[in-house]
Amino acid sequence: MAADIKFTEEHEWLRVEDDLIVVGITEHAAEQLGDVVFVELPEEGTTVSKDDEVVVIESVKAASDILAPLDGEIVEVNEPLSEDPGKVNEDPLGDAWFFKMKIEDMSVLEDFMSEAEYKDFIG
Amino acid sequence: MSDQDTALKRTPLYEFHVAHGAKMVPFAGYEMPVQYPLGVMKEHLHTRSAAGLFDVSHMGQVILTSGDGREAVARALETIVPVDVLGLKPNRQRYGIFTDETGGILDDLMIANTGDALFLVVNAACKAEDIAHMRAALPASVTVTEIVDRALLALQGPKAEEALARIAPQVADMKFMDSLRFDVDGVEWWVSRSGYTGEDGYEISVPAEIATQVAETLCAMEEVEPIGLGARDSLRLEAGLCLYGHDIDTSTSPVEGNIAWAIQKVRRTGGEREGGFPGADRILSELHNGAERKRVGLLPQGRAPMREGTPLFATPESQTPIGEITSGGFGPSVEGPIAMGYVPIAYSLDGTPVFAELRGKRLPVTVAPMPFRTSTYKR
Repeated sequence: MAADIKFTEEHEWLRVEDDLIVVGITEHAAEQLGDVVFVELPEEGTTVSKDDEVVVIESVKAASDILAPLDGEIVEVNEPLSEDPGKVNEDPLGDAWFFKMKIEDMSVLEDFMSEAEYKDFIG
Repeated sequence: MSDQDTALKRTPLYEFHVAHGAKMVPFAGYEMPVQYPLGVMKEHLHTRSAAGLFDVSHMGQVILTSGDGREAVARALETIVPVDVLGLKPNRQRYGIFTDETGGILDDLMIANTGDALFLVVNAACKAEDIAHMRAALPASVTVTEIVDRALLALQGPKAEEALARIAPQVADMKFMDSLRFDVDGVEWWVSRSGYTGEDGYEISVPAEIATQVAETLCAMEEVEPIGLGARDSLRLEAGLCLYGHDIDTSTSPVEGNIAWAIQKVRRTGGEREGGFPGADRILSELHNGAERKRVGLLPQGRAPMREGTPLFATPESQTPIGEITSGGFGPSVEGPIAMGYVPIAYSLDGTPVFAELRGKRLPVTVAPMPFRTSTYKR
């Protein structure tokens, strides 16, 4: 996968798309969660701080949160995901992105893990 | 659970679970499979459409005997359970509860009449206390024996009969809540037609040393998949069945818990063996006058699952909760969120709207009949 994808220790992936960052969860995270049955997305236009709980995601087993990876503004959410939460298991790296956010300084992305580093991280 | 972590027990099927790729978790002091590679959702749906095999060997198997015969054992047990044990016919099983002096529930259990003894199955988390309670409360003439050398399997689902009858043809003639002992290849099996999924099926007690072989034989059949605790929970929730320690406990009476059906007429006011069990004053009074609150089914109106501990309110604005959810999640067969919990009697009628507070928002929930999915017992 290209160099423009980064990974967080919270098992999110961040991909640069023009001047925005697209956020989703990794295959590893989706697998750990199990069958996802509910996704609650934030409202477009919300200003968030790093580590804010922005997405609620529930599997048959349990509820968990997706945290904002950075300070910024949620500019777009993947609304169809609310109707079809199972997509998170089927295509976590593609169709099942959660939101796109605008951040001040794209260079902070460098602080996150590369794909190889993430693979080491999850062992 | 750190105390339990240090000394987690394993069932005779531990190697089986690992070999089948289970994710093992601590549960009631045991290392148990929460799911297999199929995953909770597919395991649930497979049980509803074919047959699922569950390891329930962590549960307590207990035999009660007496030199004075089974009838004496039944009379003794009736002093600590509000159930008609004496009237339980040979080779039949029924649901029961242990009550405490305040009318709360110490545990729920299955009671089977084996002809010369009573065979009980109690919850894993309560088994030590239950056995101590029986030894203390029952007369010395009753012997309480915990069976530790047998595994307990459950085979549940519409194809359970077809699958199990291949190795034990006797099971095809059993009816719901029949409990039989018979030999299979020279080994004694104790089988009841019952379960915890709302499906037809069996619970099978076999000697520990053949448990793996029985489980492998069953799972080699096309219709059978091993099923973990995750799906066991969603299956029982859809079936409207209580989970002890969550939906019922010492703070809930059987009438509040909506399991008054387990108390037969003969033990109620005016019955031949009225009362005579711990908490009888309160329980008999509640059976007559009703309780102040009741366990009900709850259907969240949106898609959000509502878990245990979610508070319930009468209106979107009211300050004080009227009750709370005791079990809840997603029902794979219902294809939506389902829950159960306690509400005051005034709010307990089917169709009553209430509100759950979830992540700071009040969301509409409707009181609904249980089971959420029609059970398919072979009566």
